[in-house]
Amino acid sequence: MAAELFDLRGGSGASAAGNVPVVPTRWSRRDSWGRLKCRLFNSFRMNYTVQPGIYAAGRPDRGSAVLVTANYKLSFDLLRRELTGFHAWIVVLDTRGINVWCAAGKGTFGTEELIHRIRATRLPKIVEHRRIILPQLGAPGVQAHIVRERTGFSVEYGPVYARDLPAYLRNGHKATAEMRKVRFGFRERLELTPMEIVPALKGFLIFLGAVFLLFGLQREGILFRSALHNGLPVAILGAAALLSGTFFAPLFLPWIPFRSFALKGLLVGGVATGALVFLVPAEALQSVYLQAFSLVFFPAAGSYLALQFTGSTTFTSISGVKKELKIGLPLYIAAGVIALVLLVLYKIQDWGIWI
Amino acid sequence: MRYMANVVTLELFPERCTGCGRCLEVCPHEVFAGNGKTVRIVDRDRCIECGACMMNCPFDAIRVNPGVGCAAAVINGLIGGGDPQCGCSGGGASDASCC
Repeated sequence: MAAELFDLRGGSGASAAGNVPVVPTRWSRRDSWGRLKCRLFNSFRMNYTVQPGIYAAGRPDRGSAVLVTANYKLSFDLLRRELTGFHAWIVVLDTRGINVWCAAGKGTFGTEELIHRIRATRLPKIVEHRRIILPQLGAPGVQAHIVRERTGFSVEYGPVYARDLPAYLRNGHKATAEMRKVRFGFRERLELTPMEIVPALKGFLIFLGAVFLLFGLQREGILFRSALHNGLPVAILGAAALLSGTFFAPLFLPWIPFRSFALKGLLVGGVATGALVFLVPAEALQSVYLQAFSLVFFPAAGSYLALQFTGSTTFTSISGVKKELKIGLPLYIAAGVIALVLLVLYKIQDWGIWI
Repeated sequence: MRYMANVVTLELFPERCTGCGRCLEVCPHEVFAGNGKTVRIVDRDRCIECGACMMNCPFDAIRVNPGVGCAAAVINGLIGGGDPQCGCSGGGASDASCC
């Protein structure tokens, strides 16, 4: 199934170990469309795979370079796109459809799989040299010295980014210091924000349902007009908190004060909530309890959502995330409880049971 | 960009280091610097604990508790017990937002 995902117009080429599929180095419209869908739909991305094995780009021979990648199709595509004008072998490891860096962290892009794949593809027969090029970000999963001991192949760590591969290959397989650094620029952050927003929308729908019920519920029953009139400002505050944590905090990350993601999210969520509560006149927000609820709940929500972005970045550590959670989780729970109490007080006031 | 200060578990044992420079090659954040004879840590706070240096050091001169700096994974680990888990490996049924 995986092989039909890309166009094998190249057909297959002969190698010393039988026929090897030849892949084009140009993207089809379908490949570009696939990349876009990966950034929008989790279910699509998690099943976007290539068959593990060996492929040819151009017309490689026994002396050609061997490049190793993951079987996440976007990783494979980004690699083959850089190989126009080169003749190379591509060895695809079975990483269960996960990209190189994440798979290396999990160990699926790892020593054992690499050794297994070198043997399964009969690589020692296909090439006469004993060198393989791995993406640098595969290093967390691979012990290069063990691979060499057990297969005879020495591992070269190539550049972090596929786009630097042509220069690397032309420079006698030397990576410059710049090629070794992982980046996280505005464009990369922008490309990753939909994957923060889309999953958060599920929670937002539940939130909207709760708002509708809370504000619609009157002593006379559930009133649609009351739900809309009083609930809308709160729904807007919720949307602002969502965007603060999933879009604005990730996008403007380096310019927001604090190193902690929880604090960055708290700041952005707090500013957005404060501005809306105090500057936009809404009748429903005249209640002190509702104001207090908003000022407690929404900045905390923005903070929690921004903290989730740690997993998408290239510069966070697990020790740092654990520290943030150790301090943050009790505070989030406390904020949730306080917010709930304030809502009950608001409702009591709203119903005129007690003022 | 830098993350939290003074939290990472990275350790270097200079007495075992031969200065081969493999760690300089695999580190994506220029944490190490070397002179061909030995290597030292020059920017600890940039370390993301990916474990690449430890994995690729043939002389066991580096130690770090590797992991992925992902809040969703750490929370999953807290709920499920055991190690931090991204919901993304295997199964394919998960819709966790991590890698």
